Amino acid sequence: MSVLEETLRRGDFAVTAEVGPPKGVNREAIEKKCDRLRGFVDAVNITDNQTAIVRLSSLAGCLIARDCGLEAVMQMVCRDKNRIALQSDFLGACALGVENFLCLTGDHQSMGNHPQSKNVFDLDSIQLLQILKNMREENIFQNGEPLKGEIKAFLGAGANPFADPLEFRVVRLAKKISAGAQFIQTQAIFDLEIFSRFMEEVRKTGLDKKTFILAGVIPVKSLAALRYMQNEVPGLMVPDFLVERMKQAKDPKEEGVNICVEIIEQLKKIEGVRGVHIMAIGWESIVPEIVKRVNLYPRPKRG
Amino acid sequence: MIIAERKPIKEIFQFLLPGEKVLVLGCGTCVTVCMAGGEKEARELASLFRLKGWKSWDFTVERQCEAEFNLKAKEEIAKVDTVVSLACGVGVQTLADCFPEKKIFPGLNTTFMGMPVEQGLWEERCWGCGNCILHLFDYVCPVTRCAKSLLNGPCGGSKDGKCEVTPDRDCAWQLIYDRLRKKNKLETLFSIQPPRDWSTSRYGGQRKMVREDVRL
Repeated sequence: MSVLEETLRRGDFAVTAEVGPPKGVNREAIEKKCDRLRGFVDAVNITDNQTAIVRLSSLAGCLIARDCGLEAVMQMVCRDKNRIALQSDFLGACALGVENFLCLTGDHQSMGNHPQSKNVFDLDSIQLLQILKNMREENIFQNGEPLKGEIKAFLGAGANPFADPLEFRVVRLAKKISAGAQFIQTQAIFDLEIFSRFMEEVRKTGLDKKTFILAGVIPVKSLAALRYMQNEVPGLMVPDFLVERMKQAKDPKEEGVNICVEIIEQLKKIEGVRGVHIMAIGWESIVPEIVKRVNLYPRPKRG
Repeated sequence: MIIAERKPIKEIFQFLLPGEKVLVLGCGTCVTVCMAGGEKEARELASLFRLKGWKSWDFTVERQCEAEFNLKAKEEIAKVDTVVSLACGVGVQTLADCFPEKKIFPGLNTTFMGMPVEQGLWEERCWGCGNCILHLFDYVCPVTRCAKSLLNGPCGGSKDGKCEVTPDRDCAWQLIYDRLRKKNKLETLFSIQPPRDWSTSRYGGQRKMVREDVRL
């Protein structure tokens, strides 16, 4: 069983962090980030060409993280690969000892740095989850043919409580869980009110008992970054009072961390939230401080 | 219907050699309705060629995508060096098969299968995936109208009813959700749509259809 799964099953509040691979072959870029995170998180998510920008592959990133002593969550997106490639990557990753997988549909290629490319979207994240679950539990490929060997995989999915139509968000979560999502990492939360309402619905339908929900957070460095997220990123909701707080801040970096810490403290109190996923892309060095300040350090030891 | 738009005029000029005789061949069906390649557009293009010094005139057939109609343009085509076809890609290919010796250039870019939404505004509605499931989504095609062809609900980028990929376009899933909610049929969306069989779409290679019952 993966460290992440074990932590969650034991009932400990889990901590994961996002690590974006470099736009190149310098493995030191990942090693440096991992060195800073070691001991402060249970696992690191290695992104799969996030925002449709070409980077070192997710699988390679997972292995580099492991060499640094960190367990990885391999992100898999449906944008660039069809069911043949995704199943093949899954087998390869399992054979190499990757144990956590996060199934995502993926950002559209037009948002990235190769907007002229074709996309795939043979599957969506829900169908991918279902296929990987069947590979693990039924030992069959999507076409029904048998596969050899035992697969150990802890399967997860994303969830966005903030995108439209809001009323459909819990339904989509339910579909992900019934397709095979054992854990969920949410979109970054700034608006606790809407997230609390979302979680209320989640509890009403009993979904919090069927999966482990890790709430996503992003520490922001500047007013400009927060404004960008408020205005330019669809599916993110940033309340005005936070923007105002950043505007008044003497030291925006410190205030960004303060806000993130306060949000995590609130999230810890919400029933059904079983961990946090810290997405400090480009600012991984801040994660240890945040984890310490919310009293989630040291991380529980394995076994 | 098939929607098309005229190629940039500079690109069309580059097809032609100085002093050539040019026929602009319009098509009387889809591209007439979308105002890209009908009789009117063919006449306008031919007159533009004449202004620029070419000998040019126009002729329009009912449907360039069927050989029998193209044969009616035989005499006109025989008089010229070059034909600029204002048909969709299907029409251009049929025409070229009818007159293999002739220099033929496409005057339009074929864009999509769609419908006029307002005067002067057309939108794509069908991909021709070969396996219609419109009834499941209250007649909004998620394969065509969702940028990611999602079958199990909206992605995380739907905002105020618009698609994050092209914010001037409606989010197909917001439309599907609203329409089914109005009809009290939201539960249709609760079950998981399994992976699709894309072999009926163009991913299965070039498609063809045989109807033995109507073959001669």
